[in-house]
Amino acid sequence: MRDEWRSFKGVKWVDDVNVRDFIQNNYTQYDGDESFLAGPTEATDKLWGRLQELQKAEREKGGVLECETEVVSSLTAYGPGYIDESMKDLEQIVGLQTDKPLKRAFMPYGGIKMAQQAAAQYGYDVNPKYEQIFNEYHKTHNQAVFDAYTDEMKTARHTHIVTGLPDTYGRGRIVGDYRRVALYGIDFLIAKKKEDFKNCGHGDMSDDIIRLREEITMQIRALQGMKEMAKIYGFDISQPAKNAKEAVQWLYFGYLAAIKTQNGAAMSVGRVSTFLDIYINRDLEEGTLTEEQAQELIDHMTMKFRMVKFARIESYNQLFSGDPVWATLEVGGIGMDGRHMVTKNDYRFLHTLENMGPSPEPNLTVLYSSALPEQFKKYAAKISVTTSSIQYENDDVMKPIWGDDYSICCCVSATQTGKEIQFFGARANLAKALLYAINGGKDEKHKDKNGKPMQCGPELAPITSEYLDYDEVMHKYDLMLDWVAGLYVNILNLIHYMHDKYYYEAAEMALIDTDLRRTFATGIAGFSHVIDSLSAIKYAKVKVLRDEFGLATGFETTGEFPKYGNDDDRADEIGVWLLKTFITKIKKYHTYRNSEPTTSILTITSNVVYGKATGATPDGREAYKPFAPGASPSYGAEQNGLLASLNSVSKIPYEYSLDGISNTQTMNPDALGHTDEERAAQLVNAMDGYFDRGAHHLNVNVFGTEKLLDAQAHPEKPEYANFTIRVSGYAVKFISLTKEQQDDVIARTCHKRL
Amino acid sequence: MIKGRIHSLESFGSVDGPGLRYIIFLKGCDMRCKYCHNVDTWNPESDMQYDANELLDKAERYRAYWKNGGGITVSGGEALLQIDFLLELFKEAKKRDINTCLDTSAQPFTRNEPFFSKFEELMKYTDLLLLDIKHIDDEEHKKLTGHTNVNILDCARYLSDIKKPVWIRHVLVPGITDNDEYLKKTKEFIDTLDNVERVDVLPYHSMGAYKFEELGIPYQLKGVEPPTAERIKNAKDILGAV
Repeated sequence: MRDEWRSFKGVKWVDDVNVRDFIQNNYTQYDGDESFLAGPTEATDKLWGRLQELQKAEREKGGVLECETEVVSSLTAYGPGYIDESMKDLEQIVGLQTDKPLKRAFMPYGGIKMAQQAAAQYGYDVNPKYEQIFNEYHKTHNQAVFDAYTDEMKTARHTHIVTGLPDTYGRGRIVGDYRRVALYGIDFLIAKKKEDFKNCGHGDMSDDIIRLREEITMQIRALQGMKEMAKIYGFDISQPAKNAKEAVQWLYFGYLAAIKTQNGAAMSVGRVSTFLDIYINRDLEEGTLTEEQAQELIDHMTMKFRMVKFARIESYNQLFSGDPVWATLEVGGIGMDGRHMVTKNDYRFLHTLENMGPSPEPNLTVLYSSALPEQFKKYAAKISVTTSSIQYENDDVMKPIWGDDYSICCCVSATQTGKEIQFFGARANLAKALLYAINGGKDEKHKDKNGKPMQCGPELAPITSEYLDYDEVMHKYDLMLDWVAGLYVNILNLIHYMHDKYYYEAAEMALIDTDLRRTFATGIAGFSHVIDSLSAIKYAKVKVLRDEFGLATGFETTGEFPKYGNDDDRADEIGVWLLKTFITKIKKYHTYRNSEPTTSILTITSNVVYGKATGATPDGREAYKPFAPGASPSYGAEQNGLLASLNSVSKIPYEYSLDGISNTQTMNPDALGHTDEERAAQLVNAMDGYFDRGAHHLNVNVFGTEKLLDAQAHPEKPEYANFTIRVSGYAVKFISLTKEQQDDVIARTCHKRL
Repeated sequence: MIKGRIHSLESFGSVDGPGLRYIIFLKGCDMRCKYCHNVDTWNPESDMQYDANELLDKAERYRAYWKNGGGITVSGGEALLQIDFLLELFKEAKKRDINTCLDTSAQPFTRNEPFFSKFEELMKYTDLLLLDIKHIDDEEHKKLTGHTNVNILDCARYLSDIKKPVWIRHVLVPGITDNDEYLKKTKEFIDTLDNVERVDVLPYHSMGAYKFEELGIPYQLKGVEPPTAERIKNAKDILGAV
């Protein structure tokens, strides 16, 4: 075996790219507690101190420190960049997206107009020559999509029945297996891709084969580019990493290649913790590394993940507030053979939140199972209690579907690392679809050129009765959902065709198997409001209030009705019905590149924007008010406490919503326990029960309303600079949310009973 | 079966006994504590009424969360005012192997019959009591709650005699319960008991005040601020609290 692989065990991974096999043969479980962990080194403190200064300056400049306007980003477009030129020797792990820290690259391939707008918004003017280049000589993804959209699609986009689509931003959610760079070195990977190219098709040039051959060549070129990129920083990554420091650096270069070439909505890092532990462990055993140095490597890499930036346009910020990139990174989980995969490195990654304080990125995700070591569960829970920066996902429900080497490719969605990609599809607004069912496809908010309600959906006969009849509503809703599903799938087919064609993720795809699986990730918005609305119609009396056009614009509900979030099967089963019905309809359609359709119930912070576009609903939600996020119950609906709410959410079957079911809960520290240890223990009790019941995801926040109110009023206080909160599927710095979203978070925290 | 008069039900009790607790708040209380944060439980009437089995069926929906401790806690109001119902509830709970915890001020406690035999019987099915000592000084206790503490302290002694595990809870109110002399006296009393597993200091908060207003009852602690972190620590140190 080659020297870089000394003392590594296993056979299969040596001849073929098979990182999972490498991990399974070489990782060391850790069952102990956190006492072995090392604090920050002097270098870490200095660099992190400097980075915090830069972050402060960024905030003071309105959110963007600097924008590139001259050079189009690529693997090698920019010279080397460091956190601080004068301290660059302190940086154990190097590499920035541009030549300066927090400077945003110029990335026009998704759309030149957006790239210009994003820069202009912060006072930067893109060199005008690019307008000509990307309009006349080179088409962008955005332009291509709009070239092909139908009128119906544009209308649906306009009214937000289908919304948040990746047609004005990169689709993201493709996770390269960045570990491959470390384990194999680039040359090996190029050789493998060349083999694939040789064996791609037998000469008949069908569309599929032509496209794939072109793609493989682009991937090989990207791999060569990665070597050049590393050279800029003085590294040769053509061969495997020899030690832990190189392994971390090589892996990071793989990720850096992705974020230099793509500004996808989510740019996940993936499941790297256990993998890197193998290298660290070998160095520790060989006596070439200390625990302090190991922690420093992880701290410095994490610092880099905290620095990932993209220039975004205003409408994107409204969808996904707080500058997120979803550099999602997983720890924990259990292997197919039943051995847990917790290593010391999983502690080290969580420990970054102690060494460098709370942070929204990387989006640290614990792959949870009640069978994980108790010490590890407690430590993770303790970090949640003190930082609110972690999310939890149920390994027990994901493992049967995705195996034991999946990564979270966005906020909460699983994907097999290096073997699979996802076509991200935003969300269909099913609460609005319910209003369309009542109003015969007319939009309750938007007017046409003649000032009449816009006909967006099919012109079905509207419901005209004074009181809503459950059976009639359900019949019409079913028809309307048929329409939404069909239109939605076709919009996504078109978007992803164009994304592949004009903004292909060559660098990420180079680190994924050529023969891969594709999923097609649709999503649902307005989940809880549809459930409670249908429940109101079924169990109470709902009177329709109509405007001068006869459009239902308000509802008066009398009588009690069960609400989602109270462990009441009458309401919860409506939710199960809605999910099953929607994904079943989606599956009827052809999906691009024969991808496998999935759906999700998660909304990020877009619950605010989706709600804004949607009229009043029969559950009592006022017009244009935010939706509850993801699969969380509606504000104020929960009347029986947290566990009742968790029970409701845990009834939603993951098998029908493989792209994720996001739930966000906020707990007041005083209500959770008297000490942090007690709080952590109780949190573990809650999560054990919740996940044993088959739930998928939980965002855990531990703070009180007073803290949110104070942070809103005094964002300048130093203690709030990195005050991180979890929202649907990701974390943000509270003070970087829009006022509207802050209010939404406060409202959701306030309604909890004392 | 006897129906309990219920104020509310809470699935997630995290500081009311070991593990996660399903809390049943009963209606009715004779104490008139100035700092009461559940003043809406004073009135014994209730539209929400369930018998023991109905409640336990509800509680058992949360069994998945009870792996490390956990069970039901009956609070109030003053739960002992419905002792017949309580007895039935805890008896059934033990049949179902559910951990039982009683959160009480002990104000109804007396060694007189018919109460005492019922209480003795109840203790057979009670795993833990959360016992409030509102004030160690009887005169001050009367001012604060409208009742004597003599029978309450007697209850504590009785529980010690039968070795029934107890967590003592003490609400810290600036100017009323937080002076060192009272705290030390409270500690001296606690030290005479040999069944105390834990002492909790509960810092006073005014979040229950709005309920007084809603019910048109004058709130007598207006202007009293929650204790400072320093005073809380002081009380914890003196009382040996968690």
